[in-house]
Amino acid sequence: MLSTKVTCNSHGQDSSYFLGWEEYEKNPFDEVKNPNGIIQMGLAENQLSFDLLESWLQNNPHASSFKKPNTNHSIFKELALFQDYHGLPAFKNALVRFMSEIRGNTVTFDPNNLVLTAGATSANETLMFCLANPGDAFLIPTPYYPGFDRDLKWRTGAEIVPIQCSSLNGFRITKSALEEAYKQAEKQNLKVKGVLVTNPSNPLGTSLNLHELDLLVDFVSDKNIHLVSDEIYSGTVFNSPSFISIMDVLKNRNLMNTDVRKRVHIVYSLSKDLGLPGFRIGAIYSNDDCVVSAATKMSSFGLVSSQTQYLLSEILSDKTFTKTYLSENRRRLKQRHEMLIKGLQKAGIRCLQSNAGLFCWVDMRHLLSSDTFEGELELWEKIVYEVGLNISPGSSCHCSEPGWFRVCFANMSEETLILAMQRVKSFVESMVKKNNFQSRHQQLLNRNSRRTKSLPKWVFSLSFDQREVGADER
Amino acid sequence: MAIEIVQPSGVGLSKIAVSETHGENSPYFAGWKAYDENPYHEKDNPSGVIQMGLAENQVSFDLLEKYLESNQEAASWGKKVSGFKENALFQDYHGLLSFRKAMASFMEKVRGGKAKFDPERVVLTAGATAANELLTFILADPGDALLIPTPYYPGFDRDLRWRTGVEIVPIHCESSNNFQITPEALESAYDHATSMNMKVRGVLITNPSNPLGATVQRKVLEEILDFVTRKNIHLVSDEIYSGSVFHSHEFISIAEILESRNHQDSERCHIVYSLSKDLGLPGFRVGTVYSYNDQVVTTARRMSSFTLISSQTQLLLATMLSDSEFTEKYIEINRERLRKRYETIVDGLKRAGIECLKGNAGLFCWMNLSPYLSENTKSGELEIWKTIMEEVRLNISPGSSCRCSEAGWFRVCFANMSEETLEVALLRLHEFMDTRRRERNMLSVL
Repeated sequence: MLSTKVTCNSHGQDSSYFLGWEEYEKNPFDEVKNPNGIIQMGLAENQLSFDLLESWLQNNPHASSFKKPNTNHSIFKELALFQDYHGLPAFKNALVRFMSEIRGNTVTFDPNNLVLTAGATSANETLMFCLANPGDAFLIPTPYYPGFDRDLKWRTGAEIVPIQCSSLNGFRITKSALEEAYKQAEKQNLKVKGVLVTNPSNPLGTSLNLHELDLLVDFVSDKNIHLVSDEIYSGTVFNSPSFISIMDVLKNRNLMNTDVRKRVHIVYSLSKDLGLPGFRIGAIYSNDDCVVSAATKMSSFGLVSSQTQYLLSEILSDKTFTKTYLSENRRRLKQRHEMLIKGLQKAGIRCLQSNAGLFCWVDMRHLLSSDTFEGELELWEKIVYEVGLNISPGSSCHCSEPGWFRVCFANMSEETLILAMQRVKSFVESMVKKNNFQSRHQQLLNRNSRRTKSLPKWVFSLSFDQREVGADER
Repeated sequence: MAIEIVQPSGVGLSKIAVSETHGENSPYFAGWKAYDENPYHEKDNPSGVIQMGLAENQVSFDLLEKYLESNQEAASWGKKVSGFKENALFQDYHGLLSFRKAMASFMEKVRGGKAKFDPERVVLTAGATAANELLTFILADPGDALLIPTPYYPGFDRDLRWRTGVEIVPIHCESSNNFQITPEALESAYDHATSMNMKVRGVLITNPSNPLGATVQRKVLEEILDFVTRKNIHLVSDEIYSGSVFHSHEFISIAEILESRNHQDSERCHIVYSLSKDLGLPGFRVGTVYSYNDQVVTTARRMSSFTLISSQTQLLLATMLSDSEFTEKYIEINRERLRKRYETIVDGLKRAGIECLKGNAGLFCWMNLSPYLSENTKSGELEIWKTIMEEVRLNISPGSSCRCSEAGWFRVCFANMSEETLEVALLRLHEFMDTRRRERNMLSVL
């Protein structure tokens, strides 16, 4: 009765993974009302700098009242009627300037090459519709944002082939990994249309280095394919090395007048840098007129509310504000990041060295009862139930090695983060004691049979979006 | 419609990206171009092209503006801006509960309380454009067909087909019975699709109809429901103009029919709604899929991730639409103003010797110029359309752009301009028709 898109959606609906979210929903931590509840550390939200936005709003009430600044002139009707898929010019101008500022003004963006979409979720899907036919493949380095399985494949019919990255070199992209992924796609009879990277990376929290960027440019050049750079976290780079945009690389290698430049596309959004995921502000930037043209028309299916475009055009046009915001936001992220790292260190847990993002990529391999994904699942369940933290297991990000977890640090108060670290410390101490008395074999026997049988499909599943909470948990 | 594939050199894009299914290269865009290059302005350009091809509702903005003036917190997160953070973080694809409740309640009011809507079945999308595409993705696979009565909204060719790969097969309607859908036409369309090896997944109607500007009769709705039940297919009722019916009792929603049947077989029914026409807010991107089918609701909700409504806008409208005093007054006054506009244009056209389909809803009238065509064909229609664009300087929508099977019909919008501008347009048309008649009389005398 319904399309195949409905029934294929049932992949990955095994209960195990959603346990964490369900448990959190049932028992959410609250400093006052529920201090023993589960702390949400699986949600990549930036809650650190709302006060800056709130004070701007208080000083600039016109922006949310449909009025022009310094006058009482209402533009409500104008905005209410504005549904032009080219977007509000003032907003696009302000947004490209902001994108430039984030990149230290080393690159400039042409607002005519920018397409607005209802969030990066929509931007990524739209780009896939433009670049790939059903059955074509995009190569994506692992670990990657679980939402890509839905966003890039569900309605488009495109496929994802992983570029396997390894902890041995800090999960950096290598030439052989790229070539291997391409070969794998060929083996599966999939036509590769491009590579998609997230830079800075989710879940790694690292920005791509020059070597990786050069490799990518060489690779897509050589294979004559596209390169999509999802730079949604570009404003969260809080430590050196500073962010290198793919546009920088093209410029510095004198590739600005070549075909390659036309095959490079950037995705951006204000959901992470400004902490405004509810406002659905995303964008595609492309140097290919055909892509811009097609994507613009497609954006009809997911336009940004003109009310919101106006508000953000006012905020982002305020250069004094954006300068302060960007530097203060970075400073606060850096501080939180350090807190998390130090807290985990005290528990004997290391993280991948990172310079960006709203999370750390945490190495808990030494805490696994077995070097398997089952072991990872077991540990994860313990962390949810016994420690009371909802964190994201690496297998959900298609990591090829078990034992890594993404832990968010910017979506809670400082006090809550400190508490979470204390819980981790206690847990590790108790685990160390337990391990001294139990053999691995016995641990396997003691495991709940339900969990042994489950070898969850979701571990290898392709689709991820069944959480009934419905939030995008980048 | 054939999909032309024009591959630009060097860069490989998808077939969808290079296809022409978005429909924007059609000849009708010449009308838009003419308007853009020479737009009418009462003072600055009184001889410019008057835009009558845009179905926008501009007659009731004062009511909205007045509401905003008296309820400033609705747009600014409360007096202390403390609600800002919560709102900015809210990206749950279930949508703001207060907004869903307000939408359900507004939809009930628009139907005079004759049907109930459950907020749990309201799925939010960025506009009806998104809602229609989303439903198509859910109800049909590439290559399948949806049956749609002609004439229909030109945007459907893109919205329902472009990225979904689904086909539209027309249900031909004729002026002889006021373009009403008949069981024979339904069967004929179904058989035609089947003969082309297409699997029919559903019927999509717009009620009230765009471009006819008329509601679908109860009897016809019952027949359509019986038809889709017999064929075991879906029924999508795009009720985007439901609040623009001039006399509320004349609109029968599919929701009412389903309630009268105790919701038997209702899982095949889905309603699309939006605030773009009734409230005149196309820029805010507020649409909804309302489905009686649980699986469709669940899937649509997940798919809505690609097209969520800004939480800022949800909050504003939740406040506005929960204000019963405001919404009831708005619905009543808006209807009345549209009715008056409609009467003005129909009378004006009549005096110019032009008949319209008897309409009772919408932001436009369905005008019959077939007696004045040089030949009763599509090119005859386009010829007079071009003349009206160039000489009368009015941009109106030719029936062929709506896939009308009879030549000579035009959709003329009346709610997207001031009363004065409407009078100017009618005057111009009157003069044009007068001149044509005189010329014809002279020719016949010679």
